[in-house]
Amino acid sequence: MGALGHYIEREGIPTAQVSLIREQTAAIKPSRALWVPFLLGRPFGAPNEPDFQRRVLRALLSLLGRPVGPVLEDFPEDAPVADDQVGGFACPVSFAPATAKGEGLAQAMRGEIAQLAPWYDIAVKRRGRTTMGVFGMKVEDAASHAAAYLDTEPKPQAVDGLTAGVALKRACDDIKAYYYEAVAAQPGNLSSKAIDDWFWRETAAARVFLAIQQVCVKSSDESLQPLGNLSLIPRAVSHALSTDQPRKEMI
Amino acid sequence: MARLTDFAEWEQKHHLDKIRELPEFGPTPFVSGPPLGERRVAIVTTSGLHARGDRPFQVGSADYRVIPGDTPAGELIMSHVSVNFDRSGFQEDINVVFPLERLRELNAHGVVGSVSEFHYSFMGAAPIRALEPKARELAALLKKDRVDAVLLTPV
Repeated sequence: MGALGHYIEREGIPTAQVSLIREQTAAIKPSRALWVPFLLGRPFGAPNEPDFQRRVLRALLSLLGRPVGPVLEDFPEDAPVADDQVGGFACPVSFAPATAKGEGLAQAMRGEIAQLAPWYDIAVKRRGRTTMGVFGMKVEDAASHAAAYLDTEPKPQAVDGLTAGVALKRACDDIKAYYYEAVAAQPGNLSSKAIDDWFWRETAAARVFLAIQQVCVKSSDESLQPLGNLSLIPRAVSHALSTDQPRKEMI
Repeated sequence: MARLTDFAEWEQKHHLDKIRELPEFGPTPFVSGPPLGERRVAIVTTSGLHARGDRPFQVGSADYRVIPGDTPAGELIMSHVSVNFDRSGFQEDINVVFPLERLRELNAHGVVGSVSEFHYSFMGAAPIRALEPKARELAALLKKDRVDAVLLTPV
């Protein structure tokens, strides 16, 4: 982010940026930056908080009036948390313990997708949008594509013009978006951490992802390597697994 | 939270290691402009946002996508390759990542002069040096559009 600030301002256009990791911004020294103490992924603080978002935006815009720089200022407020926000919860849709592997695990994921369907539909209706769509197919098709990697000798269906890795990444991103949007529509106002914990600790889909990661690590297909290293399993989950032997053995 | 001290030690190390990998940027450029109420503002996000049907980002993508200002929120999706930031906020309300509605509101109140018809999106996980030629290209487009304030927003 700070790099873009340098490059664009160098061409003669004033810039002001939001900073999420203050130490990185301080090292890059862009022209104007507003550090905000918010969750990564939420540079304007919190969803459905227009007044708060507007305050952040006003603070950012105000930096453009500073006569000298570089400027690195701190936004003084933490992101609002709704009174009814739930930090942990039990999903009302009850999933069977996902101890299965291979096709059994794929079936468990398909079952979850079916159970979550009404909640996903409610989410789309309530929000008027979905963020699914990078794979360009229905979630059931994305699940079938991902599940093909659970076979002893994976033979996923080729997707026109895409490497195996890119197609798999997009399928997995859409599956995850579907789960996250569906569960957020359920009763309770779930925190992002509650949703993360539920997905990674309780769903067969997460077990599918973890199994796929191992397939990608061992694959000779270079396009699958990023999914083995970085772009499928969050660092926090990988770290937790590395220190949680009983759970590691379940994968 | 995104205070480094709030992160676990191993996560702090990850973010601090990134600082050591940064290239040298040289002196900070600093360009002034007219009063805010006269400025034309564009948003450049590094969230990997783009219109549904546009080319998704993938590992190593250092180019940008154009987001016409009249693109409905429902037509914007995110293909950032990283899985290490929250997306539930974006799923709930696009303004938490791409505050175009908020910017338009401030424009309606005269806080900024105008809002660009076009906004742009990179993917933050791109190799830093590879961004430079595309950023220059983008700056030329912004100038053609008379933009004199760019808001850079990460995820």
